[in-house]
Amino acid sequence: MLKILKYSFYDLSRSRWSYVYFVFYLLLGIVLLFLNNNLSNAVITLMNVIILLVPLIGTIFGVMYYYSSKEFTELLLAQPIKRSSIFLGQYLGVAISLSLSLVLGLGIPFVVYGLFESAIIWDFFSLLTTGVFLTFIFTALAFNIALSNENKIKGFSYAILLWLFLAVIYDGLFLLLLMYFQDYPLDKFSLIATMFNPIDLSRILILLQLDIAALLGYTGAVFKQFFGTSLGFFIAMTMLFLWVVLPVARMLYVAKRKDF
Amino acid sequence: MVSFQNLDKKFGKNVVLNGLSLTINTGGIIAVLGPNGSGKTTLIKSLLGMVLPNKGSIQIDNQIIKNQWEYRNNIDYLPQIANFPGNLNVNELFTMIKDLRGKPTIDKELIALFKLQPFLKEKLSTLSGGTKQKVNLVLTFMFDSPLVILDEPTSGLDPISMIRLKELIQQEKTKGKTILITTHIMNFVEEVADEIIFLLEGKIYFQGTVSALKTKTNQQNFEYAIATILSENHA
Repeated sequence: MLKILKYSFYDLSRSRWSYVYFVFYLLLGIVLLFLNNNLSNAVITLMNVIILLVPLIGTIFGVMYYYSSKEFTELLLAQPIKRSSIFLGQYLGVAISLSLSLVLGLGIPFVVYGLFESAIIWDFFSLLTTGVFLTFIFTALAFNIALSNENKIKGFSYAILLWLFLAVIYDGLFLLLLMYFQDYPLDKFSLIATMFNPIDLSRILILLQLDIAALLGYTGAVFKQFFGTSLGFFIAMTMLFLWVVLPVARMLYVAKRKDF
Repeated sequence: MVSFQNLDKKFGKNVVLNGLSLTINTGGIIAVLGPNGSGKTTLIKSLLGMVLPNKGSIQIDNQIIKNQWEYRNNIDYLPQIANFPGNLNVNELFTMIKDLRGKPTIDKELIALFKLQPFLKEKLSTLSGGTKQKVNLVLTFMFDSPLVILDEPTSGLDPISMIRLKELIQQEKTKGKTILITTHIMNFVEEVADEIIFLLEGKIYFQGTVSALKTKTNQQNFEYAIATILSENHA
């Protein structure tokens, strides 16, 4: 598997898109820090960007990579290599290279700015951690979509729909339900509904880290009470972890039974 | 020895292999023939574990290959459509596959045989169809495995390369290898094959030598013999 990972990574490191993605974060980091001069504002802006952009890039890039490396995959399938190693290697190659673009692209300007001397390092750290989690989650989801759809156009459409659903529509439905059932106690419902969307979960985790949960009113208090405890944090992290593990497991399950 | 027992494979409603049973003895050149869509490639891909049969089993030297992968160390495979990752050059591709398999190779001789030297630094996406096929051939033969599977090896080759390929196949045969070939070029089959397997609608219609097939169909010419089978079964 490590050899496949090495070659996928090598392949991607020669692709223009990895650099475009890296340079985008580099510029974003520089602009936010050096024009804004306020670290915590920069972190909040970054959160808003990361929460939407990382899933989008993860899904699109994952689907794109799967389809464009189809020939390579077929070449590998005839070699004495385990199927699961091929797909796991390719998945990790994409997810790690995207994560590196994110971490290096944002990390370099922050380090140059003098992040290590400021108290905000933990906020920044949780921002990057959730960003990496989101990359791994959405790349895995993208591989699932691509594996199940031979037709590229369909695959891309489903990938975009998935992103749209989790990033935008889910929140809309969530809000509608909250309005509709506002006469009932909704604390538990909100907590659970948040758990089932990795984007929401990441947003809440970062917001709580930033200590601006008070701005969210009563809901904020409920969330703070739950996620603020070490148990809540542990559960949230477990959920993010499951969001990675379950799609990867399905990917391997489907790949094992697929004809090429 | 390779044996297939009661192999069934459907793609959706399309039945490709229909209770196919076949035994191939070690050594010699075996041509797998049949009209388009008769299941030749599916048969080969099942042997490689790329296509998973719905029913039946495949054994190589009495080992069932289902869910195994180590056995592919002893198989060299030439795919029908030679598509490679476009942003690698020829040399990088060879290095990569050598690294993945980690076996001794005879790539230098093969590169010289097919005159690929001038192309080694070129990107795979810029190669012509015939050159790609030569790269494909080098990639296949460089590991010197006992079972060689060639899916349409002649496609896109110029006459000189074709002659070299025939010589190469004969030379590999003398090493005691089993070589499975699918092709639509009947002259090629008549010239090289020791045995032919004729697939029709997902079953073995005929297995034997070229002359046995001629006798069976009452035809002097091999190409006509094949055409007779096809017209009798499709007319």
